[in-house]
Amino acid sequence: MAAALSGCGLVSAPQSMLNPAGPVARDQLNLIYSSMWVMVLVFVVVAGALLVILLRFRWKGQKELPPQWEGSTRLELLWTIVPFILLALLAVGTVRDSFVLAAPSGKNVLRVNVVGHQYWWAFSYPGTNIVTANELHIPVGQKVELVLTSADVIHAFWVPRLGGKTALVPGRTNIMWIEASQPGLYRGQCAEFCGTGHADMRLLVDAQTPAKFAQWEQEMEHPVVQPTTALAKEGEQLFATESCSSCHTIGGTRYAGVVGPNLTNLAQRPMIAGNLLPNTPQNLAAWLKDPQAVKPGALMPNLHLSPDKIKALVAFLESLKTPAPTGSV
Amino acid sequence: MATHSERVWHGGHAPSAVAEEPRGLWSWLTTVDHKRIGQMYMGAGLFFFLLAGIEAFLIRLQLARPDNHVVSAALFNQLFTMHGVTMVFLAGMPLLIGFINLVVPIQIGARDVAFPRLNALSLWLFIGGGLMLYTSWFFGGAPDAGWFNYVPISGIQYSPGPGVDFYDIGLQISGIGTLMTGINFLTTIINLRAPGMSWLRLPMFVWATFVTSLLIVFAFPPLTVDLFLQTFDRLFGAHFFSVAAGGSPLLWANLFWVFGHPEVYILIMPAFGIISEVVPVMSRRPLFGYTTMVLSVMAIGFLSFMVWVHHMFDLGYGPWVNSIFALSSMLIAVPTGVKIFNWLTTMWGGQVRMNTAMHWVMGFLITFVIGGMSGVMLALAPADLQFNNSYFVVAHFHYVLIGGTLFAIFAGMYYWFPKYTGRFLNETLGKWQFWLVFIGFNVTFFPMHFLGLMGMPRRIYTYAPHLGLTFWNSVSTDGVFILSAGMVIGAINVLWSYGHGQLASADPWDGRTLEWAIPSPPPAYNFAYIPQVRGLDAWWVEKRYGNGRMLPAPEAHHGPPGTIHMPTSTPMPLFLALSIVIAGYGLILHSLILAIIGFAFVAIGIHRSMFTVDPGMYVRPHEVEEVRADG
Repeated sequence: MAAALSGCGLVSAPQSMLNPAGPVARDQLNLIYSSMWVMVLVFVVVAGALLVILLRFRWKGQKELPPQWEGSTRLELLWTIVPFILLALLAVGTVRDSFVLAAPSGKNVLRVNVVGHQYWWAFSYPGTNIVTANELHIPVGQKVELVLTSADVIHAFWVPRLGGKTALVPGRTNIMWIEASQPGLYRGQCAEFCGTGHADMRLLVDAQTPAKFAQWEQEMEHPVVQPTTALAKEGEQLFATESCSSCHTIGGTRYAGVVGPNLTNLAQRPMIAGNLLPNTPQNLAAWLKDPQAVKPGALMPNLHLSPDKIKALVAFLESLKTPAPTGSV
Repeated sequence: MATHSERVWHGGHAPSAVAEEPRGLWSWLTTVDHKRIGQMYMGAGLFFFLLAGIEAFLIRLQLARPDNHVVSAALFNQLFTMHGVTMVFLAGMPLLIGFINLVVPIQIGARDVAFPRLNALSLWLFIGGGLMLYTSWFFGGAPDAGWFNYVPISGIQYSPGPGVDFYDIGLQISGIGTLMTGINFLTTIINLRAPGMSWLRLPMFVWATFVTSLLIVFAFPPLTVDLFLQTFDRLFGAHFFSVAAGGSPLLWANLFWVFGHPEVYILIMPAFGIISEVVPVMSRRPLFGYTTMVLSVMAIGFLSFMVWVHHMFDLGYGPWVNSIFALSSMLIAVPTGVKIFNWLTTMWGGQVRMNTAMHWVMGFLITFVIGGMSGVMLALAPADLQFNNSYFVVAHFHYVLIGGTLFAIFAGMYYWFPKYTGRFLNETLGKWQFWLVFIGFNVTFFPMHFLGLMGMPRRIYTYAPHLGLTFWNSVSTDGVFILSAGMVIGAINVLWSYGHGQLASADPWDGRTLEWAIPSPPPAYNFAYIPQVRGLDAWWVEKRYGNGRMLPAPEAHHGPPGTIHMPTSTPMPLFLALSIVIAGYGLILHSLILAIIGFAFVAIGIHRSMFTVDPGMYVRPHEVEEVRADG
């Protein structure tokens, strides 16, 4: 089965649930494959019967009626009981997995709070001051419990290679867990329709070795903001005067707005605008010039910034990078 | 009928003896004849089906390539919302209710439904609510929160335009019509069966209608409540669903799916009924396991109320709730499987006539089994956490609703068209339509399983080029062109055959049920005399074991000798439906005047309808029009 689906290019797709990268997605895929086998079996039986009917039991102009068979208790019991048994077999895995996947077991669990927003994700790590957006960092080989809620409408967290989805419901806290077996970047996106920007509400999970993850934590805990060029310094001022700071927080500065995504160490992120665009100066400039043109429905207002101001702001944002401490891995 | 005429006899107008059927537009607007109402349901259903098809076409064009710009994100959201709402409420259900209207009264040997005026009101409420919903495009945009319209996204804060109000009130109005249809057909089937038509002699389509009507009666009230609560939230500032004020978004979701799951069985049950009619007739043998088929329909209907949480496995109800609803959902596969194997056994060893109707049946069996199987996969809660809201689900419900419901509707059209128009649909065009639709459908929708497995969520107006989704999306869009070509041929066939098709006799398929015992097309009064039913497959019994004609049942006569008492036509249902629509516009457009006028008309209409007795009329059958079997 896996080979056939692989042939159709399904397994290699970056968001494919057929290419699990952790225990949760792997359990779910096993259940999917076992049910798929049962289903293919049933389909073959029905399609085969139809084929025989088409070949053997056509009306060829006979006047005589065929045998007027009205029923058979034995046959009908057969196709009541056999499907029941097949379903019972599938039910075992279904119930077991429902409980296994409900909450992470064991002590060594990393907890991350996830808040859904139109149309971006906020991740915070309890016990630290780390807050980031759209890019979830997790250590490989450790269970990560996601505590999910929403600031506005219902969203759903879905990274197919790491596990199925769970909804983020306003006024309610949901739990799910994921674990990545190998380091890598895993793509996901919002899976509950949440408005105009729903298709563009994407996310990235960066699964790192424990050492690299610890280093990332360190950088996020103690961000350093040191714009060096004059342009970037001008941008730092503009961030306040153009009212960017009333919505955005940048760790290591006095800017502490909480309406929009946290921009701490923004220059270290590979993507911007809800993981829509690669993080390049050109894309940042386009985004600042007209957010709705880049991402329809985006709630960041168009501030009608002049090209010069955009240039300065881009220079500042591109400087938001905490240098790796020397001697670390 | 008898109780009616008694009242008439003592008062009211002198009933007229009319034999001619009235013609012209006004006669259609005022008719209470279940056959005309059925035809209007079909016509309106096909009209809305065309609109939903255009919406689907635009959706697929937009998704043909990544980062495409055929339509904007905002318009895309309106398109998929309206496509879903239209297909479920304004095309699927009306087409099935059309068949129910056309077929059920005749199959039970009745001359009309129990409440003919209510039936006309149902029709006009559906058409009024549906057209009203479509006028939302001219009042600031169609609803755009998806067909299940979850809150808070559909709340006033996140959807400030009037689109969602059109959804709430348009569906409320057409929903009231559907609820009345449910009540009407329950009453009709319980009370108006011809003498001898005992419960276990009811044709399967009647059984399907009976269970469907029960589902409507129990499933629509939660929707009615849900829509009312949201109307209050949006128009009058209530807080049933607002989190900040202690309301719950999950209340909407639960009420919606308590309705929504039985709703999909409302859409498939009559389709099962159609298949159960066509298969035995075209195989020249009785339906295999009739009693089991009846029990299966009941079991499916009952279970359909026990499974609604499977639409919400990802909303976080926990492993206990999810396990229980997963098991109950899987259980539905058992009675459904029984039905499929019984259809197969009916054909196995029979003499199958592969005409167009039977092509659709075969297409139905193949695609419905695929849809049913993917449905079982979705029932496995942990797996569903991956599938839910992905294109795998989109593939699943299109296999069930197009490959299931729509193919059965087409089977029914080719099967019953000669009965109600007196002309066959063209078989050559029919087979072209079938093959184009069947192939186009599978090319369009089978790749959606793949897209779901590859992690494509539903309801996204675009996708990134690097996700590997491009190839199968473009294949899917190609399929739409084949599918559309088939639909165009189907439309040509219906329009052409209506006036020019080959003439059909009363019993062209060697049928088994009572509709084949009366002329094609049937007269307004259906039966010159009420038939006595002497077995399952009433007409077949008389053809094979009787003298080839239905025996008359003892009937109470009240009017002039040789006449039949029938309900008179009336513009009241149309007037009442229009008044409700006007009131609805008043609410949506915040126009107090319009609302007052509308509700005043509603009050007048209800008063008139309640206190005016229909004297009925007496029609004289043209002659003793009776059908004799050929052999």
